[in-house]
Amino acid sequence: MLRALIALMLTLSFLSTANAQDAAAPDRSATGGAQTLEDIMARQRGEPVDNGFRSGLTGDPDSAAGISEQLGTLGGASDPDLWRALRFGSADISASNNGPAATTLIQDGGMNWLQLREGPVAIYGGYLLLATIALLALFFFVRGRIRIDGEKTGNKITRFKAVERFGHWLLAGSFILLGVTGLISLFGRKVLIPVFGHDAFSFLAVGSKWIHNNVSWAFMLALVMIFVMWVVHNLPHKSDINWLLKGGGIFSKGHPPAKKFNAGQKLIFWSVIVLGTSISVSGLSLLFPFEINMFAATFAKLNALGISSALGLGELREVLAPHEEMQYAQLWHAIVSFVLMAIILAHIYIGTVGMEGAYDAMGSGDVEEQWAREHHSIWVDEVMAEKQAASKGATPAE
Amino acid sequence: MKAMLVAFVAVAAISVGSNLILMQIGFSSQDRYAGPDVRLDD
Repeated sequence: MLRALIALMLTLSFLSTANAQDAAAPDRSATGGAQTLEDIMARQRGEPVDNGFRSGLTGDPDSAAGISEQLGTLGGASDPDLWRALRFGSADISASNNGPAATTLIQDGGMNWLQLREGPVAIYGGYLLLATIALLALFFFVRGRIRIDGEKTGNKITRFKAVERFGHWLLAGSFILLGVTGLISLFGRKVLIPVFGHDAFSFLAVGSKWIHNNVSWAFMLALVMIFVMWVVHNLPHKSDINWLLKGGGIFSKGHPPAKKFNAGQKLIFWSVIVLGTSISVSGLSLLFPFEINMFAATFAKLNALGISSALGLGELREVLAPHEEMQYAQLWHAIVSFVLMAIILAHIYIGTVGMEGAYDAMGSGDVEEQWAREHHSIWVDEVMAEKQAASKGATPAE
Repeated sequence: MKAMLVAFVAVAAISVGSNLILMQIGFSSQDRYAGPDVRLDD
């Protein structure tokens, strides 16, 4: 899943790079090596232009004309040389404010980012969520609620302790807040402003930003809690293969045997841990702008390991402007979040309306014994064996 | 149910707390990136 995501994002972002490398070098002898009308027209048509032929032409102070000669006062760099240095980020700039972004006067990743963010990311992400909801609704009408097949016993088994339920709800509550406020931020300009107007959206946007930035800590804390508490129960087990082969018994009578977590729940767990961690790291990078830059280093590793060329992406850029690091972090953050939101929608469905008796596990923590026997038979046997051992142990030795 | 409510209260408490801490240690973009000549609060 993660690899497919990487491939999707990188394909979208770097199609232009790959195309530029395939094209033969154009003849610029008529302009003495400077850009031609065709370069300018290609750029205006939105086609990729390799600027390598001019990005390094920023003058040479060592061969500067004497101070009293023509152009001597420019110190070996003409005005176009200076502008090229500004354009391609190699000018020596000092600014009164701090941070790497302050001295980057021109960067051209912004347009790509904006178009991806309000185009494919928002559109396909939105469709992904709507399609997930539609599929779940369809599933509900076709399959109906998954009932407890056998006779209820009235006996309860403790499935999750209070601290486990606290961790779950800390993660769930923060995730829903982050999801809603993230969607408000993403769809604000294109969808919400046209409907509610600028004034109302301004209030919503400021509130969303505060919630999104600060609730994130509860999410990260809960993610660590959940990992520590449940990782042991989510390691692969041979019963998972049988469970998966039978599709969890979702369309058949009876359910395959499972331990405390079945293979489906393990997939949810690892999705939450892996995607949640990825969202957290990219989120931290956005929360502390320009402090945590990951994409140039990641692209360099993908190049070095040959993964980028294996995926047909060519050489990825290993030098990014500070703003571009943030732009990639935002795109990655949004794409991975959409995938996790879709998975969690299915999780919420099966934990509430989709299955009788499932909600109790996270509500009171105690589940109906018959439900547990049907869905987690190996776990029930383990719990019962432990109970018996405990009651034997409690009998005083004579 | 109680664990859920306590968790939701904790989400609110952690959020307010983290905001206070980040403001205290000067981690707002304003504090990090504005030079001494910039007076954003005035």
